[in-house]
Amino acid sequence: MKFTFLKALGTSAAISLMAASSAWSTECIAPANPGGGWDFTCRQIGKILFDIGQVDAPVQVTNMAGAGGGLAFSTVVAERNTDADLIVAASSATTTRLAQKAFGDATADQVRFVGAIGGDPGVIVVAKDSPFQTLGDMVEAIKADPASVAFAGGSAAGGFDHMKPLMVLKAAGFDDITAVKYIGVDGGADAITQTVGGFTQAMTGDMSEIVGFIKSGEVRALAVLTEERVPGFEDIPTAKEQGFDVVAVNWRGLYVPGGISDADFQKWADRLQAVADSAEWKEAMAANGLAPFTKVGGDFQSWIDEVIAQTEDLSREIGVIQ
Amino acid sequence: MDLFSNLALGFGVALSPMTLFLAVVGCFLGTIIGALPGLGPSNGVAILIPITFSLGLDATAALVLLTSVYYGAMYGGRISSILLNIPGDEPAMMTTLDGYPMAKNGRAGDALVISGVASFVGALLATLALALVAPYLARIAYKFGPAEYFALYALAFATLGGMASNNQAKAALASFIGLAIALIGLDNNSGFTRFTGGNLHLSDGVDFLVAIVGLFAVSEVFVFIETHGKSSAVGVTLGKVTVPWKDLWETRWTMLRSSAVGFVAGILPGAGASLGSFMTYMMEKGIAGEKGGFGTGVAKGVAAPEAGNNAAAGGALVPMLTLGVPGSGTTAVLLAVLMTLNITPGPTLFTDRPDVVWGLIASLLIANFVLLAMNVPMVKVFVKILMVPPAILLPGVTMISFVGIYSLSGSYFDLVLMIAFGVMGYAFRKMDIPTVPVILGILLGYQMENNLRHAMTLSGGEWTYLFSSPIASVLWVAAILGFFAPIFLRRFLKKPQLTED
Repeated sequence: MKFTFLKALGTSAAISLMAASSAWSTECIAPANPGGGWDFTCRQIGKILFDIGQVDAPVQVTNMAGAGGGLAFSTVVAERNTDADLIVAASSATTTRLAQKAFGDATADQVRFVGAIGGDPGVIVVAKDSPFQTLGDMVEAIKADPASVAFAGGSAAGGFDHMKPLMVLKAAGFDDITAVKYIGVDGGADAITQTVGGFTQAMTGDMSEIVGFIKSGEVRALAVLTEERVPGFEDIPTAKEQGFDVVAVNWRGLYVPGGISDADFQKWADRLQAVADSAEWKEAMAANGLAPFTKVGGDFQSWIDEVIAQTEDLSREIGVIQ
Repeated sequence: MDLFSNLALGFGVALSPMTLFLAVVGCFLGTIIGALPGLGPSNGVAILIPITFSLGLDATAALVLLTSVYYGAMYGGRISSILLNIPGDEPAMMTTLDGYPMAKNGRAGDALVISGVASFVGALLATLALALVAPYLARIAYKFGPAEYFALYALAFATLGGMASNNQAKAALASFIGLAIALIGLDNNSGFTRFTGGNLHLSDGVDFLVAIVGLFAVSEVFVFIETHGKSSAVGVTLGKVTVPWKDLWETRWTMLRSSAVGFVAGILPGAGASLGSFMTYMMEKGIAGEKGGFGTGVAKGVAAPEAGNNAAAGGALVPMLTLGVPGSGTTAVLLAVLMTLNITPGPTLFTDRPDVVWGLIASLLIANFVLLAMNVPMVKVFVKILMVPPAILLPGVTMISFVGIYSLSGSYFDLVLMIAFGVMGYAFRKMDIPTVPVILGILLGYQMENNLRHAMTLSGGEWTYLFSSPIASVLWVAAILGFFAPIFLRRFLKKPQLTED
């Protein structure tokens, strides 16, 4: 009996060690459950940081899901404000929610945004047998009858995926944006199955979410929301060249605690730049449908402020904030 | 003969000494992780991700290790369900209903063997189906829109009443409490939070693992303290483990039916293993009728949910590999691993990376046989872990539960919530209210509401949309039959069994 007890104790000790280990030096918080974009950012950047020798031990990834990233944000602000060995995955969703005050009283200036090193271009996609051939066709149909086109996307109402078609419609001079139908499902792939199944007429999401479906020919992309066509997907036209001046890129990057020194901030900016320049990251981007989108250091912060201001205006209009 | 050349390719990848070793390690770890309450397949796999990276495993080896853990955990969950009446993970919840009564009747060994074999049958058939028809089956997901999903969840709820047959009103009350808890958090359709009181920890809702561990494990601790260990569930003894050939033969159809239903439930994203084990249990209970004695500790009652949840685990790999849609928490984690290894699941995965797909299928087949060996002849090794005296075991289980729950989001708030659920579970036991429907309410309520709201958005508020497709209509008919049949049939059958303990 003694022996089995020891065995039980050993097993539980081993498992608790694995679960709560803090033996690694650098920690990357993915503010979501494993499986999403933030988790990808942490794991991929963490792996490359170690592989190219920027850090000397594997980066430990902590999943801190909660409040769409708000839990991680408030934890970093309240408890880890001066931790120079902490990085947190961020994306457009982070700024969208900050703009919509979805993190309680938190504001963007409570942390320091290090940079973005890749962007997932926004796309608007239809099933292969859809009557819409161009983005213009779809916009005309919505103008004629806003209820005729329903969008599915991977974010909740008011999230970044919801914003994308609305930005296009605003650019086309259509203002009744609350009449546009949108359902938020569990992720981009789910949104595609709803669209291919004919339950919704279009899917709004990120390029990485549609790569496999584009290759298999089950869906057609009407537009990509970038300045230039995306390398590797040159046959997908931009919204811009179809006359809708909209750019919506879901950037992938990091923020660090607000209380760290400028020298530590610069250290992270340099490390992130090194990841952006590495062959490993380029390979990871290509495999996952990310387009180059590098803004690291000082400029990034001012760009973030601008994006937040824009998002706030649009959110007020669709009624997700007062 | 495509299948054979593909399988040959797969076994070529999987049958190296290193991958075989990883499969055995993964199965062993998975079984333990599954058996420990609070540590389920999804956090078990998540915990092991950093290890695969620091070991520098390649894509196939990493997948072999992690999927062995996944399958292993699906097997292991039943061990604590049967011996402790505490489900090791959420799909094993239904196994407590007959598994624990069997153990109390002195048939713990039989229950473990029957459920182990049922797990094997379910997982093996699901893996074969995955190999044979995955690309075609993926199409099923395209047939399910909001209206169909809503009807599916309605069917699950309609059959709930039949579960605790001694008092349907109490079961209904419990499931409504679960549904109410599911409302907490961010409302996907308006972007606002509900019932959170401004607490950020609640804005993603209540994690059902927190509820399960609280309602089952923590409340067990309270009962244990109150009775000084006298009437606690813990401490079932296990004699010699023999193979109950007769029971296995009698449950053969149950296992086959449950595997098929579980597999389909697994394919549907959002339904998953828990719905698979629930539906198969209710289906078998319905087929057996009042005379079947479900809930008193019958072989079919352990065979059905175990075949169902293991088949669902295999089924959930279908949408993950072919569409990139994770059908469950664990497949979401596996998806993340694939993406990190620069493999993007989707419609082209089978043609682009046959080595990965067929290597995975081959290693699943291998893992399955390893698991059968571990869980039937060698089951005593795992049982011994749970056979220490209750006064030592229970604090240990509690500690592991705390660690497991803490690892979910790394916040103490979940621990407080878990204890609150423990108090609720204790109160429910005193009032003889079943706790399983609470969990199902939390588990399914969120999806059920979301799909109803989506359906209403798409149809512009027209309720007939819910019945507008043949699939939805069939599911509704089944739901209505499932709800009313027990009420009317009861008059013609013997009086309801009184079996809750």
